[in-house]
Amino acid sequence: MPDDKIIRLKIKRQDQPDTKPYWQEFELPYKPRANVISCLMDIQMHPVTRDGQKVTPVIWDCNCLEEVCGSCTMVINGKVRQSCTALVDALPQPIVLEPLSKFPMVRDLHVDRSRMFENLKKVKAWVHIDGTYDIGEGPVVSEKQRAKAYLLSECMTCGCCLEACPQFTKDNDFMGASTFSQVRLFNMHPTGAMESEERLETIMETGGIADCGNAQVCVEVCPKKIPLTESIAEIGQQTTIQLLKNLFLK
Amino acid sequence: MRKRKPHYIVIGGGLAGLAATMKLCEDKAKVTLVSYQPVKRSHSVCAQGGINAAIDTKGEGDSPEMHFYDTVKGGDFLANQPLVRDMCHQAPAIIHLMDRLGVAFNRTPEGHLEFRRFGGTLYSRTAFAGATTGQQLLYALDEQVRRYEHDGQVKKLEWHEYLSAVLDSEDICRGAVLNDLRTGEIFTVKGDAVVLATGGPSQVYGKTTGSTVCNGAATTSAYLQGAKYANGEFIQVHPTAIPGQDKLRLMSESARGEGGRIWVPKKANDSRDPLTIPEEERYYFLEENHPRFGNLVPRDVASREIHDVVYNKELGVGGQPMVYLDLTHQSAGFLEHRLGGILDIYSKFTGEDPKKVPMKIFPAVHYSMGGIWTDYEDDGNGLIDHQSPRNQMTSIQGLYAAGECDYQFHGANRLGANSLLSCIYTGLMMGPGLISYSQNLRTHFEDVPSTVFDQARDQWQERMQGFKQMNGKENPYVLHQDMGNILLANVLIVRENSKLENALTEINDLETRLKDVQCLDTTHWSNPAPSMIQQLHCQIQLAKIITRGALTRNEFRGAHYKPEFDLNQPKDFDPHEYVEYIEKKQYGEVQEEEFPSGHAAYMKRFEKCNERWLKTTIAEHKNNQPEISFEEVNTSLVQPRPRKYD
Repeated sequence: MPDDKIIRLKIKRQDQPDTKPYWQEFELPYKPRANVISCLMDIQMHPVTRDGQKVTPVIWDCNCLEEVCGSCTMVINGKVRQSCTALVDALPQPIVLEPLSKFPMVRDLHVDRSRMFENLKKVKAWVHIDGTYDIGEGPVVSEKQRAKAYLLSECMTCGCCLEACPQFTKDNDFMGASTFSQVRLFNMHPTGAMESEERLETIMETGGIADCGNAQVCVEVCPKKIPLTESIAEIGQQTTIQLLKNLFLK
Repeated sequence: MRKRKPHYIVIGGGLAGLAATMKLCEDKAKVTLVSYQPVKRSHSVCAQGGINAAIDTKGEGDSPEMHFYDTVKGGDFLANQPLVRDMCHQAPAIIHLMDRLGVAFNRTPEGHLEFRRFGGTLYSRTAFAGATTGQQLLYALDEQVRRYEHDGQVKKLEWHEYLSAVLDSEDICRGAVLNDLRTGEIFTVKGDAVVLATGGPSQVYGKTTGSTVCNGAATTSAYLQGAKYANGEFIQVHPTAIPGQDKLRLMSESARGEGGRIWVPKKANDSRDPLTIPEEERYYFLEENHPRFGNLVPRDVASREIHDVVYNKELGVGGQPMVYLDLTHQSAGFLEHRLGGILDIYSKFTGEDPKKVPMKIFPAVHYSMGGIWTDYEDDGNGLIDHQSPRNQMTSIQGLYAAGECDYQFHGANRLGANSLLSCIYTGLMMGPGLISYSQNLRTHFEDVPSTVFDQARDQWQERMQGFKQMNGKENPYVLHQDMGNILLANVLIVRENSKLENALTEINDLETRLKDVQCLDTTHWSNPAPSMIQQLHCQIQLAKIITRGALTRNEFRGAHYKPEFDLNQPKDFDPHEYVEYIEKKQYGEVQEEEFPSGHAAYMKRFEKCNERWLKTTIAEHKNNQPEISFEEVNTSLVQPRPRKYD
């Protein structure tokens, strides 16, 4: 079948944040082991649509191409995921590419996820150390505890959980699962825990954990299988305790 | 008088850039941190297996001195020894610091740091966080820098590209020219010093284990401004990668550190399911040829062996240039716990489960030992004077470099799990020197006439505008692919002068074709097309540096293998003989019969080769070509000797 030898792509494009999106279709020669990224690279080398129209190469965000940097997240055939691990052989065609819809548009498939990094600032997602000087070993941590932390620390701020979350919208303040999970991570660390109250206070404000609608879709789309709903439940408990403390002890 | 706060510009937000930023902020400096993308997405995330430090928790008798010896030996003695020694002595403190920052390093049953083995050493020296150690280290530093950003000491300029340094009338670096990748605005930022922490240049080879931003443009730009580039020809080819259309994904050395075995069927084109091939019909060539180090020989050795088995012996799996990397003898639980991240990558990209079937892998371009030339000052005791402003300074005053983009530490071949170390080490180590550099400056950037900055900006505006208007026939992405193919075909594991000469001609042809390139996008918002042409321009220059260096260096050292100049080490040679030979020579003529037959002659060849070639290659930009010269290597601490990993 001649169709087997062709990869068909349908890409949603947008020139500027305030212009109208439009669709373009591309046909590329089939290559074994191709993924969505290699298709976009092929378009760069021959930026011509299916109708023979010469266009500008598609703009998208990518870097590591092995699903550890989080850059190349987009909506592929209706599902949010990284485009590097989206193998052509496993996708029905035409492969439909759309940008993340919950973040400000930059261009084509490239969006601005700086809100996620701002949230990490708000919740003080770091371990506050005395200094970088050599003051000896870190705290003793059991392997079990370490393994639990490692799961959470694999979060690459890719935005899948937020794209899928019905509560997270372009114009509200909701922080979303990835941020809550980071709060849990740093509250879990022996030194990080020293600032846990401040973190909890922050996520008890508008946009915080109380706004979570418990849709549980975040955990389904997480490429790193981070137990996000478990994090939300755990942080929910921590804030409840904090609330009680605030009521009775302050 | 109010004390002036020093201000630095750090280009690149990988481990080196973030470590430098954190250290400088701790000293109350202000830092402008520039990156193509959010720094959390930098290429350091790709490092998998671990980070070395001789903490000796297993009673093996390891020490920083052994780590130092392994590293200089691994690098075939081409690295400046005081720097390597200082790094190895700092390594334990660096691991403890990263641990304090919250890195989820794997633990022992008692809750201390766990270590595993890596290539080129016989000690368990590699701390690791699953198989995503680079990612975990980067996140910890990213978090610290975010804290300083929150406190107002760091200003991040993400989605910005470094174009060049701003040099004043005395050629002192006073700032940088940047390109806002969204608006296309070109502007300058001012600082006491600029730190390039821009990573490796692997994109010059096209498909590699590198990330898309590893284009080498920033260091090449410095070279074009007059900075020396060193040891460009030393490119590490990692023995184990997974083939792909868009990139070659790394399969970490830790797979072998955790017991992975490399083999091919003894019979060529054996089409049987690998699991059904009996043990005696498998050729474990690394274990057979290197009984002591086995699968954990250094990368240059392993890549050459695979090349030999696949191309000379024609034993590649299924007739393809691939070999098996086999972990199936280890329990699934153990593998999940120690290697989860990388095994997931393999499954996701190939659809096969490496816990059940042997992985099919092959060598890929991975790391550049060479880079921009940087200085250092030793303390007279074989370590580094950490207060010296000379540390990590390029040959342009006020322009510094750190991490993979500098040339120090790894000589002719890098050992696994030493790159994360050298990146964090350089970033931290250079901090005090940068502070004293600012303090000792006679004039600051505030005193430099604004015309210096305006001219630099105007020149770049004109240049980028020129690129945008290019309307020739060539597609820049195709040109980039062609360049990669030239290097892959001619400047890889096995190098021959005729092919290198040919490659230089082809690269010069590429440069001609670049003049006829078309800027594929002429719009004004978030348009990467002019930058792409600028980067390609730099990469062609870099390709010349690498190839010219390789052509000039007529020897076999580390990753630079020219069969024509192999000294043919006798099979029964013991490297200690050479130390003895050198000692005896100090007391007069050495009698050949004092050594086994042929050994004295070999050692004479070795000695002569070192006299000529144990030198750093220096490339300087002259008449649009790299002019090559050589510089002494500091080997004052350990006597260079022949390498052997049997």
